[in-house]
Amino acid sequence: MASAITLERILALQAAYIRCIDNNELEAWPEFFLDRCLYKVTTAENHKNGFEAAIIYADSKGMLIDRIAALREANVYEKQSYRHILGLPNVVKNGGEEAESETPFLIARIMHDGQTDLFATGVYLDTYRAAGNDLKFAKRIVVCDSSRVDTLMALPL
Amino acid sequence: MNINIRTNGTNTEHPLEWPEGALTRVPYWIYQSPEIYAAEQRRVYQGPTWNYLCLEAEVAGPGDYRTTFVGSMPVVVARDFDDEIYAFENRCAHRGALIALDSGGKARDFTCVYHAWNYDLKGNLKAVAFEDGVAGRGGMAKTFCRSDHGPRKLRIAIFCGLVFGSLSDDVPPIEEYLGEEIAGKIRRVLHKPAVVTGRFTQTLPNNWKLYFENVKDTYHASLLHTFFTTFRINRLTQRGGLVISPNGGHHASFSFMDNTSTEHDYSAMGLRSEKEDFGLKDMSLLAGTDEFEDGCTLQILTVFPGFVLQQIQNALAIRQILPQGIEQTALNWTTIGFADDTPEMKTMRLKQGNLAGPAGYVSMEDGCVGGFVQRGIAAAGEERAVLEMGGAETVAEGTRATEASVRGFWKCYRAHMAI
Repeated sequence: MASAITLERILALQAAYIRCIDNNELEAWPEFFLDRCLYKVTTAENHKNGFEAAIIYADSKGMLIDRIAALREANVYEKQSYRHILGLPNVVKNGGEEAESETPFLIARIMHDGQTDLFATGVYLDTYRAAGNDLKFAKRIVVCDSSRVDTLMALPL
Repeated sequence: MNINIRTNGTNTEHPLEWPEGALTRVPYWIYQSPEIYAAEQRRVYQGPTWNYLCLEAEVAGPGDYRTTFVGSMPVVVARDFDDEIYAFENRCAHRGALIALDSGGKARDFTCVYHAWNYDLKGNLKAVAFEDGVAGRGGMAKTFCRSDHGPRKLRIAIFCGLVFGSLSDDVPPIEEYLGEEIAGKIRRVLHKPAVVTGRFTQTLPNNWKLYFENVKDTYHASLLHTFFTTFRINRLTQRGGLVISPNGGHHASFSFMDNTSTEHDYSAMGLRSEKEDFGLKDMSLLAGTDEFEDGCTLQILTVFPGFVLQQIQNALAIRQILPQGIEQTALNWTTIGFADDTPEMKTMRLKQGNLAGPAGYVSMEDGCVGGFVQRGIAAAGEERAVLEMGGAETVAEGTRATEASVRGFWKCYRAHMAI
């Protein structure tokens, strides 16, 4: 039987997720999601207007694995890393085995030459599902406040 | 011959004269000079060109408007209550403030926030606040005539649901401007009214021409974008081709899936593009349908000076290229579908959307490579790029291993710039 979703478990998942990306452990990133999931990066304007298209769209863990494989093997971009700073998750729904929250984020991008810029701000709209001791994202909609992306978006948010 | 030695602001002296070598040499000061940038605004964007403004679908009903740009000039596009589309400079005739501040919306008229001068949806000045003064004092001069004042109006041309604008009275009609071949290839994709599915802006750290050249550059596609080649979406060895408009300014490159072509061309050359054992976990990304029923899986089309129509399988998008200074360019993506898309088709477009855009598997590199050039040439204003792949001409050949369409761009650009 799945154990209840608590704020503590949500916080632990959120903290582990950003640590994974910021520490360049991207191969572990898809493991935060269920096999059938939705990961989408969009903008506040598109989200508000009900526009479906996304900067990144994946509806399976396989697609997330493929994105990391492409970043590692195929795509060309300058070395860079992120530093995520999260606000506190606002749990909007908690049904025990499934919960939803909204978590504000701020992401700085650090280029290999040291240039550091505020790359994105926004909110994670999350749906979690508990499977035994595991808590995973069933859905993570990344809503960026700005419609502008500087140069390119290589690493996932 | 060197005449008119001037500085370009980057402390390198250079002659603003095109070097010998016709279209096969491009001097790097062309990407660095404030004088060139200013001349481009006058001669290209405000000259006899058609500039993409928006989709007809984005101003579908009376009162709908969008704000956009023609080069650096802010523009309002609106549909008036006579159901016609109008465009005018987004600049109040009084003190020059923006008339419309939002990216779009619905309006009956526009009122400048500064001194409340009021405009109709055609851009006509309709009212001046306190025009007659207050209690008989102040007010505009008796000789002031509202119809003598107003923002500049653009001519409008609509083709396949695309709204183009021009400040020039000399620009040819849109179909003549595009030419038969390019017009046909736009019709092929936009054969029915498009609907917007999303909008994104990518800020590129380079001069606008470097991006426009990149889109026209059929030579780089399979070499820089390894995702493409690995998954056989586009190979130079695939059956495909290239058309270039007679003036050189517009092009379309296209390819068809062809599993019979030899697979050895890349590996034999030891190029970076060839990766072995690189497979997708979830192949649904590439699941597509032949929606245009001609077997063409990729068509990239440009219209001078800043319009791109993209078909990568079923991922359809319009890209508007706007200069935002000498070394910054806004790339405005409008992803589109059609009103009668089935849920399955919508999902396919969403998934294939991963191929393009700021995080696109096959377009991510285009966001940064222009910046690599801009940074690389920082001290090389007097040096020049080499464009000799496929010869020196601007005519399409049976191959895409050519820079003919990039040379075409320079042919058209130089004609407009008289340079």
